[in-house]
Amino acid sequence: MPKRTDLNSILLIGSGPIVIGQGAEFDYSGTQAVRALREEGYRVILVNSNPATIMTDPELADRTYIEPVTPEWVEKIIAAERPDALLPTMGGQTALNVAMALQREGVLARYGVELIGADERAIRIAEDRDEFTQAMERIGLKTPQGETVDSLEAGWAVVEDVGYPAILRPSFTLGGSGGGIAYNREEFEDMLRRGLDASPVGSVLVERSIVGWKEFELEVMRDGADNVVIVCSIENLDPMGVHTGDSITVAPAMTLTDREYQAMRDASCKIIREVGVAAGGCNIQFAVDPATGEQLVIEMNPRVSRSSALASKATGFPIARIGAKVAVGYRLDELTNDITQTTPASFEPVLDYVVVKIPRFAFEKFPTADYRLTTQMKSVGEVMAIGRTFKEALQKGFRGLEIGRPGWAIGSDPSDDRVDDGSVESIRGALGTPTPERLFQVKRALLAGIDIEEINRRTHIDPWFLGQLEELVEAERDWVDGPTPTDESAERHRLRRMKRMGFSDRQLADLMGTDEGTIRARRWDLGVRPAYKVVDTCAGEFPSATPYFYSSYDEEDESPRDDRETVIILGSGPNRIGQGVEFDYCCVRAVLALREMGYRTVMVNSNPETVSTDYDISDTLYFEPLTLEDVLEIVHVEQPLGVIVQLGGQTPLGLARGLEQAGVPILGTSPEAIDLAEDRGRFDAIVRELGVRLPPAGTARTLEEALAVAERVGYPALIRPSYVLGGRGMQIVYDPESLERFFTQAEEVTAGHPVLIDHFLEDAFEADVDALSDGERCVIGGVMQHIEDAGIHSGDSACVMPPYLINDEQVEAMKSYTRAFAKRLGVVGLLNVQYAVKDGVVYVLEVNPRASRTVPFVSKTTGVPLAKLAAAVMVGRSLDDLAVADDILHPYVAVKEAVFPFGKFPGVDLILGPEMRSTGEVMGIADSFGMAFAKAQASADGALPLSGTVCVTVNDPDKRTVLPIVRRFHEMGFRILATTGTARYLSARGVPTDTVLKVYEGRPNTVDLVVSGDVQLLINTPLGKLTQYDDYTLRRAALQHGIPYTTTMSAASAACDAIIALRSRVGEVRPIQEWHKRARMLEAKTA
Amino acid sequence: MTDHPALVLLEDGEWFAGTTPWPVAERFGEVVFTTNLSGYQETFTDPSYRGQIVTMTAPMVGNYGVNEEDLESGGPQVSGVVVRELSRTHSNWRASGPLGPWLAHHQVPIIEGVDTRRLTRHIRAAGAMRGAIALGDRPTADLEERLQASPRMEGLDLASLVTVTSPYQEGQHGPHIVAYDFGMKRNIVRIFLRLGCRVTVVPAGTSTEEVLALKPDGLFLSNGPGDPAAVDYVIPHLRELTRGGLPTFGICLGHQLLAIAFGGQTEKLPYGHRGGNHPVRAVGSERVLITSQNHGFAVRGDENGVPGAPDLRVTHLNLNDGTVEGIRHNELPVFAVQYHPEASPGPHDAYPHFAEFLQAVTASCGENAATS
Repeated sequence: MPKRTDLNSILLIGSGPIVIGQGAEFDYSGTQAVRALREEGYRVILVNSNPATIMTDPELADRTYIEPVTPEWVEKIIAAERPDALLPTMGGQTALNVAMALQREGVLARYGVELIGADERAIRIAEDRDEFTQAMERIGLKTPQGETVDSLEAGWAVVEDVGYPAILRPSFTLGGSGGGIAYNREEFEDMLRRGLDASPVGSVLVERSIVGWKEFELEVMRDGADNVVIVCSIENLDPMGVHTGDSITVAPAMTLTDREYQAMRDASCKIIREVGVAAGGCNIQFAVDPATGEQLVIEMNPRVSRSSALASKATGFPIARIGAKVAVGYRLDELTNDITQTTPASFEPVLDYVVVKIPRFAFEKFPTADYRLTTQMKSVGEVMAIGRTFKEALQKGFRGLEIGRPGWAIGSDPSDDRVDDGSVESIRGALGTPTPERLFQVKRALLAGIDIEEINRRTHIDPWFLGQLEELVEAERDWVDGPTPTDESAERHRLRRMKRMGFSDRQLADLMGTDEGTIRARRWDLGVRPAYKVVDTCAGEFPSATPYFYSSYDEEDESPRDDRETVIILGSGPNRIGQGVEFDYCCVRAVLALREMGYRTVMVNSNPETVSTDYDISDTLYFEPLTLEDVLEIVHVEQPLGVIVQLGGQTPLGLARGLEQAGVPILGTSPEAIDLAEDRGRFDAIVRELGVRLPPAGTARTLEEALAVAERVGYPALIRPSYVLGGRGMQIVYDPESLERFFTQAEEVTAGHPVLIDHFLEDAFEADVDALSDGERCVIGGVMQHIEDAGIHSGDSACVMPPYLINDEQVEAMKSYTRAFAKRLGVVGLLNVQYAVKDGVVYVLEVNPRASRTVPFVSKTTGVPLAKLAAAVMVGRSLDDLAVADDILHPYVAVKEAVFPFGKFPGVDLILGPEMRSTGEVMGIADSFGMAFAKAQASADGALPLSGTVCVTVNDPDKRTVLPIVRRFHEMGFRILATTGTARYLSARGVPTDTVLKVYEGRPNTVDLVVSGDVQLLINTPLGKLTQYDDYTLRRAALQHGIPYTTTMSAASAACDAIIALRSRVGEVRPIQEWHKRARMLEAKTA
Repeated sequence: MTDHPALVLLEDGEWFAGTTPWPVAERFGEVVFTTNLSGYQETFTDPSYRGQIVTMTAPMVGNYGVNEEDLESGGPQVSGVVVRELSRTHSNWRASGPLGPWLAHHQVPIIEGVDTRRLTRHIRAAGAMRGAIALGDRPTADLEERLQASPRMEGLDLASLVTVTSPYQEGQHGPHIVAYDFGMKRNIVRIFLRLGCRVTVVPAGTSTEEVLALKPDGLFLSNGPGDPAAVDYVIPHLRELTRGGLPTFGICLGHQLLAIAFGGQTEKLPYGHRGGNHPVRAVGSERVLITSQNHGFAVRGDENGVPGAPDLRVTHLNLNDGTVEGIRHNELPVFAVQYHPEASPGPHDAYPHFAEFLQAVTASCGENAATS
């Protein structure tokens, strides 16, 4: 069955902003699908609101819409483009939900658009719990006992049957949002309420708990001729009860006999057929009773997923690519296995290695959040590691996680591992509750002599995994206490044995009380070095053409010999808050640029969610942890021209010094210049030398010093540890007391580095400048003005290009300062400078001589690919050679808005501050600021109302500012509602305002009105300590009920502009290719 | 447990270092690899592996121990086992014990810590060949000599070593299947019983007369080890038995023997097919079966047929290398597949072949009943 020729154009829906439960994996899958479809000659139309992605690069799809991924906006795109088909399976739950809505509302029928990949029926059966259960019954498979309910009353009836603990799963949500495990009546009621709210269809499955059962996943593919293959089996180390996204997972399955595995395989084949995924992939989860082997089907996702991305990286089988091809009619056996290039895709990959995935969490950003792991996903990223054994892969995974552990190693303090005091009893107590630190607790347990049987009883982790861990503990003991080798051969043997178990040099050094360098030097002397093995889908059975490598301390090295000039690009490791997909975008753009220029590119990264770790992006891929040890070994075999460290965020930047000291050439800006910008003292001197102003500042190492510095620079003061990304540990303090509190709490983040103290410029405007320099010339990529006031982390603030409240003179000053910094620091590559404007004066806040988070946003706005140009500059091209214009213009407005994970963390306040907490971003692009902002809000899941009631409750200083904003709302016909003080102020100034009670004043109050849907927009700024709880519950209520809220005056004003724009005309959609054409026309005109 | 240095030596001189958890006796055999991810116990007890040293490409072996149910014969059949890592702990609700000691109990040496991927890649490039497992940290000249003197797989009749010594019957009712045992996996008998058959398993050397005396409704030719050409003694019986229209089904070695009986030839594959992921397509159809395979020899031919056997047509082809995977007689109810529909280990996609055979058997029973 060849590809379908009755289709010409295909619309692909992306997953929107990165949120918990829906991350970069959909950029990877979507990008692969777009490339696969274009390769077949289809015209591909893409919609995704997330500018940080590769998929929204203008070169990837034929027409790229950076517009809200909502039914209303996608309908506009369908009307404009008239695609023949819609592929809904590549953009996560978001894309499925939008496709289902378009189907339901008759939009697809109206425009003659066919759903391909998975049809409406298949999606419905997979998503609707009752239909799914019935479908499983039809094919003789069992699901956990339970029932879907749509009210609290119905819930009580069901839980009486299934008992506690009970699992709650809201329908049609992603990452288990709003779900959980209820152990008692109170938790049940609380969770069911939340779940009913979270589910877009208002229903929740209440299910028998099978907490503690073993959990498995199979990735399944089917083609139009009903051929089914299993791509990968995955076993969760964390048993049922912990969301699979939060679990440590292992591929292939480790503890299933063939009989059990084949039963699961048979079930999977039946399931994909019964649910009716006609041509595409799905992911199926099973639970297995460890005592009897009983298998239950938990769920099925008829689309690509986090697990399918992991499975693709783990096996080399490109699920999204093959999924796209079978969706347009190909049979699996008509497609080639890209890796071998000689065998067909209708086969099941086999692994001769073990893959371990470990989730990465961000609880340090949300200290008040519940850190216990349940059925609702809480992790923000993940690392994948490949080794020849489970032990090796696990150790590589932990060091690749970049949480300060050199491998599977306990923290220096029991509290680092969430164990009270390190006593045996405290360890025993900790084991029963799954947390991100669980395996460290297990290690403490093993060290304390608690046996495997007991650990298994408390954690339900399979004894096989515990046995593996115990072997690592024994090996450590032997390393420390074993007999000293008598000769070199014995020493080599002993060291090699440890390396084969995945121990890092640093780990071995820590155990011996020496340093990493000493161990490494000795290891090299002894000739103990890793061999690189290929991920080839077939365990060596066939020759493979694809250079996708991992290291192992085995004999045969299969790494390539290639005489071309080689450039190594270091990726950004696991996603975390502050370091996400935007850096992967930069790396991928650089790789593609360098390949185009004829260089051989080598990508090193450990993140399975990314495009950069797709096997055909770079010439050679090393799936390895980003530690000095691992990178030095790759450098050793590759002997590159140089290494690029400035595109992957803080991870590679942190390696720059070590690499340089080892004699590795760093391409682009020198590590020395990077240090210069980071070292406050030296940086201050440069700023003074260039005649730029800095807010009064100083550094301190002790509390006493800090108090003195703060006194000198003046309160409020902004305090932050040096060498951090994403504002980790950053705080604004208004008095000496809060400064003292900061010091007692911040010990962990400072770790030997001094603390920076700046005078905080209140009520200033902030701006970010992204620029590109070749050492001589510097081109300004874009100036972004923050919409939120100073004091809110730039990653969390909405921003707009071009600036709308900063005058031309100030913008010019920023540009000229940026050029001066670039020249003075000797920047070769990218540069980001942050400024603040207060009372007409431009202050510089910081200079970062590296790719910033905003590079993709700026590039998508202007159409000038900064990362691509930066790569060319780093290998010696000048900006003149590259013909980059001095003035990059764009006759339209782009707004970037941040997206937050507050919905996943009950108990966390929604107020923004200097510590970054957003997980993702969206972009709105339009002719006017108002419309661009409106689109950004719609994309960020906060679509603004056109009419209704605005509830205003602001603190005294904000009352003056809010008045003109509220007046405009009133003029548009909005009803104004305010709490007593605000109401009095507004009424007295001629704005008719109704008064509403604060929470502590009685009922009905603000929260009641929000809950009952009587408020359409909330403007709230923190009122002070007394009403803290009040504000908090109000904001949480707004979040939970999907009511747009703003917590700053500038955002409120922007929202007002946006509503005016939305009311005055219809929102238009336009592909970025057309926007960019306009920009180039404008430039041609001005030139 | 102290590790003892041990090694795998190949006849071309290449050798691979490893260790063994306990002292082992020197063993020789053809060194092959299988890519099955699970099912090591079924693999090691599959009589088709008789005379072979099996390398597992799956890096971690022994994780779920061994049990009483997943045996494909009375005990391990392999000459030796090579793995990257033998698991020290095992965990499974059905497990009766750990893998290592079970192999040791049956005097099957296992060597671990070997760069099995290097070994696999070497065999892929140089072909399956004879090899030895021995203690020591480097091969000795003596060992090399003994290896060169050990028997080659070509021309080796191993079936007679693993076949039953006398016939036995299982099941009481249903169509009567007489199964030639050339090294038959137990799961084949289990499947016949599940399908409601009566099975008589007979030794490889059983004559036509002896088979006919059992009044079979269907004839089954099992899998087995070694070179099919060496099992020539059974060929005349197969010709005679099938001539009269007795429904016949062959698997693996049985498939090769049928091909030879009708004039075809077999050849040694460079490194065989061993694993559970081989795609096979029925000629003229769009359906692909993911099959369990274990064979070092194959029937010569392609989609146009089997040279020398004009009465046979090729029904199935391997999508990886185009080799013959299934044959069917143009007139007689005789068909066979190279792969293992009984799986164990491996996927169950090809299970329906048994039902297909049973249909032919039932149809023929019906005819006989009608004519008699």
